[in-house]
Amino acid sequence: MTHNHSHEHELPFWRKYIFSVDHKVIGIQYAITGLLFLLFGFGLMMLMRWQLAYPGQPLPLIGNWFKESAMVGGIMLPEFYNQLGAMHGTIMVFLGVVPLAVGGFGNFVLPLQIGAPDMAFPKLNMMSYWLYFIGGVIMLASFFVPGGSAQSGWTSYAPLSVIASSGQTWWLIGMAFLINSSLLGSVNFIVTTIQLRADGMSFNRLPFFVWAQFVTAFLLLLAFPPLMAAAVLQLMDRVAGSSFFMPTGLVVNGTLLKAAGGGNPVLWQHLFWFLAHPEVYVLILPAMGIVAEIIACNTRKPLYGYKALVWSVIFLGFMSFIVWAHHMYLTGMGTKMSAFFQITTMIISIPSVVILTTMILSLWGGSIRFNVPMLFALAFLPMFGIGGLTGLPLGLNAADIHLHDTYYVIGHFHYVVAPGTIFALFAGVYHWFPKATGRKMNELLGKIHFFFSFIFINGVFMPMFILGLAGVSRRLYDPMQYAHAQPTQPLNVFISISAWCLGLAQIPFIINFFWSIFAGKKTDQNPWQATTLEWTAPSPPPHGNFAKAPVIYRGPYEYSVPNQKHDFWPQSMKEEN
Amino acid sequence: MIRYISKPHPITGIINSKLGVWCFLASEIMLFGGLFSAYILLRTGVTDWPRGHELLNVPLATLNTIILITSSVTMVMSWASLEMKNLSKYRLFMTLTILLGFAFLVVKSFEYGHKFEHHHFPSTNNFYAIYFTLTGLHGLHVIGGIVVNLYFLLFGIKMWDKEPKQFAGRIEAAGLYWHFVDLVWIFLFPVLYLL
Repeated sequence: MTHNHSHEHELPFWRKYIFSVDHKVIGIQYAITGLLFLLFGFGLMMLMRWQLAYPGQPLPLIGNWFKESAMVGGIMLPEFYNQLGAMHGTIMVFLGVVPLAVGGFGNFVLPLQIGAPDMAFPKLNMMSYWLYFIGGVIMLASFFVPGGSAQSGWTSYAPLSVIASSGQTWWLIGMAFLINSSLLGSVNFIVTTIQLRADGMSFNRLPFFVWAQFVTAFLLLLAFPPLMAAAVLQLMDRVAGSSFFMPTGLVVNGTLLKAAGGGNPVLWQHLFWFLAHPEVYVLILPAMGIVAEIIACNTRKPLYGYKALVWSVIFLGFMSFIVWAHHMYLTGMGTKMSAFFQITTMIISIPSVVILTTMILSLWGGSIRFNVPMLFALAFLPMFGIGGLTGLPLGLNAADIHLHDTYYVIGHFHYVVAPGTIFALFAGVYHWFPKATGRKMNELLGKIHFFFSFIFINGVFMPMFILGLAGVSRRLYDPMQYAHAQPTQPLNVFISISAWCLGLAQIPFIINFFWSIFAGKKTDQNPWQATTLEWTAPSPPPHGNFAKAPVIYRGPYEYSVPNQKHDFWPQSMKEEN
Repeated sequence: MIRYISKPHPITGIINSKLGVWCFLASEIMLFGGLFSAYILLRTGVTDWPRGHELLNVPLATLNTIILITSSVTMVMSWASLEMKNLSKYRLFMTLTILLGFAFLVVKSFEYGHKFEHHHFPSTNNFYAIYFTLTGLHGLHVIGGIVVNLYFLLFGIKMWDKEPKQFAGRIEAAGLYWHFVDLVWIFLFPVLYLL
């Protein structure tokens, strides 16, 4: 047996809140840590934006907080800019978004929505969090080693990453911890969803949120190991002097590199992108799940096209494993290879569009409640639409020749993940906060957070498409050294100011979040009048979640059912209501 | 409270830990698959790839193959002993499995030692690099399996008195993992040593 629940109240503080095996505590740990990393990663970007807006100018006020190896007289060094870039990406993707979306929301909500008392492997769940935490500490510590942190992009392409300073080794070791954390978590999610559904909770009655997390878990389980393999190989190249990724005859700084050679830099790219493409679906699927729940609840009608949603998300999962080389069109691949990947890439856009369309169609005829979660969920739809559509020219080889490694790419993927996923995550925080704390967040502060974030996030990323089409490359410390980029400098200033304002716009959220934990308006167990199982448990649910194991009688979105007294019919309510 | 820890799920027919281990093994296939794919890409990328049987000790590796296969048999016997409620036989076969695992590692250390003495390192060429990486990662997995088996022999055995079915399930899960480690070697041996 796992542990004796009747002694729950006797657990000491450190076992109840720090080394807890309860999925709700672990979920909150993941969520808060993830939010903090999102803020930190955002801070790194705000520093980069100074250099891009005002190249070579000293950073005011805080410039002299940084050591000489980062900023000289407050003026950013190129090496530090590269560190900021590589770590911004790494931290946002692996320490921020996925831990919050999967570790946070997945852990907290999934067992509740399927009617389970906890995850299948509670101790393993706890270990997953602490492996993530250690990985995060290693990544942060890498800033302070000689030479600084990783600085070869979050993609760590060889051979540059192999000859980079020691921070890159810390990155590899940090990634090993994060990958293992993710692996253990995904095993937990899969086994829990298959084995621990309450009686009557067939797969066809699962909330779409659970389906999205379930497919995401398979992506994490199967796609991460090749990156682990790649990290091991790169560690061998860096530490043991092997030449997995080092070609023969490589010259570094004028001297021939002393290595056996015979390696292949493109091998790194294949192994990396084999993970990193499914990874982007890991970034979006939980967000789609969250948006689906919030739309159903706040339109007071069932989601349109449940079957289409489920088949699309499963098909998307499969397809995501066979598109990876669309990130590698410019590596010199032949036309047969590029034709294959262009075809699969075009095909994979179909399920994404189906999912987006079903969510938009779900709004038709709905009785829409424009509360803060719904505002963020609604904004997700066109923002993800822009992100997805701008991916199409990138997925086609011919157009990608012009757009690859430009700001167009940065605009594309940020649209999907920033006003896309992160907006959905904000929606989820406002939506499930009452379940986790028993209190609601403040609506006015929420609306201020929403409106200013929406305006400024578009101000940051929309101009990037123009920059990219003008030919401005990404990862440049000083784009203005190129004549073709110089006319675009005013856009850089506009983007930077938008970014700093976007940062300020998060202050109402941070205040709201912490203030509401203690002083938010108290709510009952179902403040949104939703149908899914988590709203039948107390707010917050006790250890074990449900006093009696629930039995499920109907699907997840029985809203506005005719001849019912209320406009929602919870899944586990036996009789007519 | 958490169901299907000892009793199988009515539809899937298995307990949680068994499904969990199979999922974990799926990820391990992707891990070693990634490395084998790297091997293929590296070998097909050059014309002067050496023959494994010329550089490596095939008789020693054959011995290691027999050791691991035998250890898989003793692992199954240890689980079967529990199913037949024979605790002392369980202890015997689990001890044998652990000893065979150690024997594998000892043979491996002779192999590695011989290579290092002759100044063959991962940095020497990519054949040695992938040889050390593949067998090294496999060796780490053997060590992991030995640690888990030692735990189940020395400490985890306490669970047999309170929850015998759950304990047998744990040994079955550990057995599945150990078979997988054996299976990886069955691929490693021909690919590295014979081809």
